Amino acid sequence: MLKENRNWAADPVLSVEHLTMRFGGLVAVDDLSFDVGRGDITALIGPNGAGKTTVFNCVTGFYKPTEGRIALRRKHGVSPQAIGDLTKSGKQYSEDADKAVFLLERMADFKITEVAGVARTFQNIRLFGGMTVLENLLVAQHNKLMRASGYSIAGLLGLPGYRRAAKAAQDLAVEWLRRVDLIDRADDPAADLPYGDQRRLEIARALCTDPVLLCLDEPAAGLNPRESAELNGLLKSIRNDHGVSVLLIEHDMGVVMEISDHIVVLDYGKKISDGTAAEVRSDPKVIAAYLGVDDEEVEEVERDLEVSAARPSAEGGTR
Amino acid sequence: MTDTTSSASANRPEGAERLSEDRRDAMRGEPPFVEAPSEDTRLVRSLKEAAITAALVAVLTVFFFAFSTDIAVGGLSLTGNVSLWLKWIAVAFVARFLLSYFVFGGERPSIGGWKKVAAATAKLRLGKIVGVVLLLVAFTLPFLLSTFLPSQNRYLLDLAILILTYVMLGWGLNIVVGLAGLLDLGYVAFYAVGAYSFALLATNFDLGFWVCLPMAGLFAAMWGIVLGFPVLRLRGDYLAIVTLAFGEIIRVVLLNWYDFTGGPNGILGIPKPTLFGLEFSRGEGSFSDFFGLEYSSIQRFVFLYYIILALALLTNFVTMRMRKLPVGRAWEALREDEIACRSLGINTVNVKLTAFATGAMFGGFAGSFFATRQGFISPESFTFIESAIILAIVVLGGLGSQLGVVIASVVMIGGIELLRNLTGLQAIFGAGFDPTQYRMLIFGLAMVVIMVWKPRGLVSTRSPSAVYKEKKTIGADLVAQGEGH
Repeated sequence: MLKENRNWAADPVLSVEHLTMRFGGLVAVDDLSFDVGRGDITALIGPNGAGKTTVFNCVTGFYKPTEGRIALRRKHGVSPQAIGDLTKSGKQYSEDADKAVFLLERMADFKITEVAGVARTFQNIRLFGGMTVLENLLVAQHNKLMRASGYSIAGLLGLPGYRRAAKAAQDLAVEWLRRVDLIDRADDPAADLPYGDQRRLEIARALCTDPVLLCLDEPAAGLNPRESAELNGLLKSIRNDHGVSVLLIEHDMGVVMEISDHIVVLDYGKKISDGTAAEVRSDPKVIAAYLGVDDEEVEEVERDLEVSAARPSAEGGTR
Repeated sequence: MTDTTSSASANRPEGAERLSEDRRDAMRGEPPFVEAPSEDTRLVRSLKEAAITAALVAVLTVFFFAFSTDIAVGGLSLTGNVSLWLKWIAVAFVARFLLSYFVFGGERPSIGGWKKVAAATAKLRLGKIVGVVLLLVAFTLPFLLSTFLPSQNRYLLDLAILILTYVMLGWGLNIVVGLAGLLDLGYVAFYAVGAYSFALLATNFDLGFWVCLPMAGLFAAMWGIVLGFPVLRLRGDYLAIVTLAFGEIIRVVLLNWYDFTGGPNGILGIPKPTLFGLEFSRGEGSFSDFFGLEYSSIQRFVFLYYIILALALLTNFVTMRMRKLPVGRAWEALREDEIACRSLGINTVNVKLTAFATGAMFGGFAGSFFATRQGFISPESFTFIESAIILAIVVLGGLGSQLGVVIASVVMIGGIELLRNLTGLQAIFGAGFDPTQYRMLIFGLAMVVIMVWKPRGLVSTRSPSAVYKEKKTIGADLVAQGEGH
């Protein structure tokens, strides 16, 4: 499953450069740089409090970073020169047909989803509990439908253009419900679903915004092994069938090692490792961060780990 | 199962565990074994249902048909009339039997399955039936009143106009509080803006009601946006306090800007509405003259009644329509979770402002109707208690429920009026009891009782705005209340 070439260096969809986020005296993210490859599943991992969710909130615009640049490229082959020019111009984004670049750190949170095409889910699920599953997916298509309804004027009059768009939106929602296997619960309130279904619904809702980059904050948290295996399949099909790049935070190493093309490891707001699953797994710094050993002991642990190297990925399937 | 499972199957375990999982999969979805209930034939079932209906009719009508009282010397005499009672029971039995046997046929589940079906759809259907009945009554009310209660015709029609004004205000506020979940304690400000816009335009520029009505709505909507901006970032109690203050600011400005608004003296001589230029007065060129009718002062009230009915129905139509549009769904999503809204690319600033503007616009319409009905307005009519009553109507009816607002308006406005006339209570509390003095107390108690009995309002369920297969109501416990509750 793992791609051998370093796609994230050759064709990044998202470049985070020198990202720093301070909360008062606390430096949550410290000069962090990494790339997310187009069509990759990239995992952001690290111990509790490493600053993963802060990075997420910066990328999706919920926080304004103290320093740094977060550039999203819609298409392949945007030169660093173009990004530099855009940065100097003071604009938020340039939407030329081929060289669409978005500087996310300058954009408002809803604009990031609407214009740049970054969708996200939340660590503690945030569904519209009192609305049905279908309605949740229709809300996600708000901007598209808003334009189709002529900002409610055409919609109020019930013009055929809007009715077609509404039908198309419903079809897309139904299609996604089929994909995540929730079609039978389409008319039930979202708060009535079991936890695992709510997770899948939230992912489907994010995908209904038609993103290029999907950010998932601990998608496997609270799922049983079967459900997280299904989640793996879903994420892979999102990447393969829809060409959506995925950036995820995850603590379940089974999921991470199994599906990730690229792993970035954070500790105390700094990047300590960056590479494929195999590289990260054997990185002494990662082991030190996770197991909390001194540097002298790392080699010893490393030797132990070699023996059971295959274990984590097998775990994802069987537990 | 769809392709998620098929792709997930690659990760599934091998061997015995796999087998056991497959077995479990195969079992999944199978209902537990239950012995099929014994099937009655259609005849037996129909007879059973007819018997139950007949028994119900027998119990319900025993005092109405089986006994009758006549005035006799020294009191009343009781006479039995069992044959009439039995006749009605027989009618009920036969009618139900014929219905069950021929109309409902075999497919409709009889008593056994009734409860389940009822639980899922009864509320929807009941709501529809009540809505249609209320609408029919509303359309025919002036004729019903003049036919059945000619003596109190004018008083009751006036009351109906008042109730409908509050229905309209309730529906307008329902957009802000019920759908968008933004607690607005200053809604009366928009009512005042609408009323004063119309009054000032009409008295200064000599414009008629129909020209001023849309302008008053626009002015109110504009003020809705003006109020919307400062409260955009506020949540909870702070939102409530700022909206409350806004309502008071408008009233105090109206009271003190003497040159413009006339201050506490108010504005006099606001024109009455006309029907395509026909006035409702005596003499040449009036409504009665044109149609060759005899002039009656009630005609103007009937006309006003139909104006407010049309305005209220317009409010309802637009609201119901908007709920199914993206903007309405965004209002409800905003009430459910603002952060999730933003993560889906929804500009929450715009969504809040449209909610305030739309709600305020209908408040403005209602305000200009109020001005034309009264012919005189002053800041006294737009005190905080008005906001409180409108909000109470929305909360009592159930946040977001259109039907609930109607019922709550009738109960609250009609109820207060009804309590004026409750001389029957003198029989309980003695002749010295004056019901008008206690009506607010009784009314307050009734509201407390309702809120204890139905804490989320009279109609607390939410009906979804989009349906895939089957429309199911959503219980109040799942629906969020938004900010400031």
